[in-house]
Amino acid sequence: MLKNRIIPCLDVKNGRVVKGINFVDLKDAGDPVEQAKIYSDGGADEICFLDITASNENRDTIYEVVKKTSKKCFVPLTVGGGVRSIEDIYKLLHCGADKVSINTAAVQNSKVVIDSSKKFGSQCIVVAIDAKRNGKNWEIFTHGGRNGTGIDAIEYAKKIEECGAGELLVTSMDRDGTQVGYDIDLMFKISSTVNIPVIASGGVGNLNHLVEGIKLGKASAVLAASIFHYGKHSIKEAKEYLDLKGIPVRI
Amino acid sequence: MNVIIVDYKSGNISSVINSFKEVAKDKVKIHVTSDLKKIKSSDKVVLPGQGSFKSCTDALNSINGLVETLNEFAINNKKPLLGICVGLQMFADVGYEETETKGLGWISGKVSKIDNKNGKYKLPHIGWNQIEIVKESKIFKNIENNSHMYFVHSYEFIPNDKNLISSTTDYSSKIICSVEKENIFGTQFHPEKSDKIGLQLIENFINL
Repeated sequence: MLKNRIIPCLDVKNGRVVKGINFVDLKDAGDPVEQAKIYSDGGADEICFLDITASNENRDTIYEVVKKTSKKCFVPLTVGGGVRSIEDIYKLLHCGADKVSINTAAVQNSKVVIDSSKKFGSQCIVVAIDAKRNGKNWEIFTHGGRNGTGIDAIEYAKKIEECGAGELLVTSMDRDGTQVGYDIDLMFKISSTVNIPVIASGGVGNLNHLVEGIKLGKASAVLAASIFHYGKHSIKEAKEYLDLKGIPVRI
Repeated sequence: MNVIIVDYKSGNISSVINSFKEVAKDKVKIHVTSDLKKIKSSDKVVLPGQGSFKSCTDALNSINGLVETLNEFAINNKKPLLGICVGLQMFADVGYEETETKGLGWISGKVSKIDNKNGKYKLPHIGWNQIEIVKESKIFKNIENNSHMYFVHSYEFIPNDKNLISSTTDYSSKIICSVEKENIFGTQFHPEKSDKIGLQLIENFINL
């Protein structure tokens, strides 16, 4: 039976982890490679890096991070943030990323999804959707959630699946950072509209939120950042909890 | 000993390279190349493959003499070869992704889309699934039955001779996830992304 995946996400800025695990025995708390290794050793099903480097001159730092991580972690590695072109995707894959997540660029020009999924295969093209509730619907936001687009999230999900996306990483802008749980309606709507796997993101504050994302939101995988940081919960605890709730996980 | 990972520009093979280098350490030399001479003189060959059946076979055929060299290596000389994902699928006579495409024809059978039971199951089949080992194999040494492996695919290779199937996994139906014919091995899952158990499989192949 296919297992539901737990994916810890690390925000990386200028090659350093911004929020991360705060373990006393960490030699270098800001080192993304070391943190990713802790997650993969702890049973993470995949690792996700979100590059939030703002300035262009420091963009290349992420490539070094990916190169080093992929030599130490032997679970899938997804990298997102600032991915604009086929060339960006090629560079990340070449450095050892297994999947690349595309956000703003996919909204602005869906051809990048069509072209990249043809060139590299759908299996490595994740499209990230940042959506904000607007009455009964959800609107897509770009540029790290700063710019509204007027595009309906459900319609967009359908369209981008047809363009060749292999997975959708859906983040609720309303819930992101709030720790009150995923936007279950949004996850359920998108997950039941498309035929590709949905990764739920945004709002996890406790382990039960992960259960809700899978059971109610019908997500194939759950992504979380802060509950795994600062040692609040380990991946192992999360998996044991999901297992206890009857959700199939890899233990 | 030399192990060649065939680099025929079939998408991303960094993870395959990293995992083999991790396992090989200094004992075994890992080369990444499409050089025919080097392939001929190597002890083992790994044939990775990402993207579609058609894009991979096209890429393989675009390198002059590569298919003949691989034939000689695996079929005539019967040296160990491991196909991963589309690398395995290409063992087939024919594949139906994008359009009907001829494969290497090493193991007779076809590659067709996984039946998603009218949309009940999502495709690609992405994530960790347990393998049921149905035939004893040297590449499963020290790997327990029902171990988790990482999958990402929408198509599966169905060999005509069911005795060549070495493991299956449960999804929309029982999906064939590894085959073995004498010196030719193939996994639909990605050992290079399957954590310690995947590395064990790679080690088993290197130690054949």
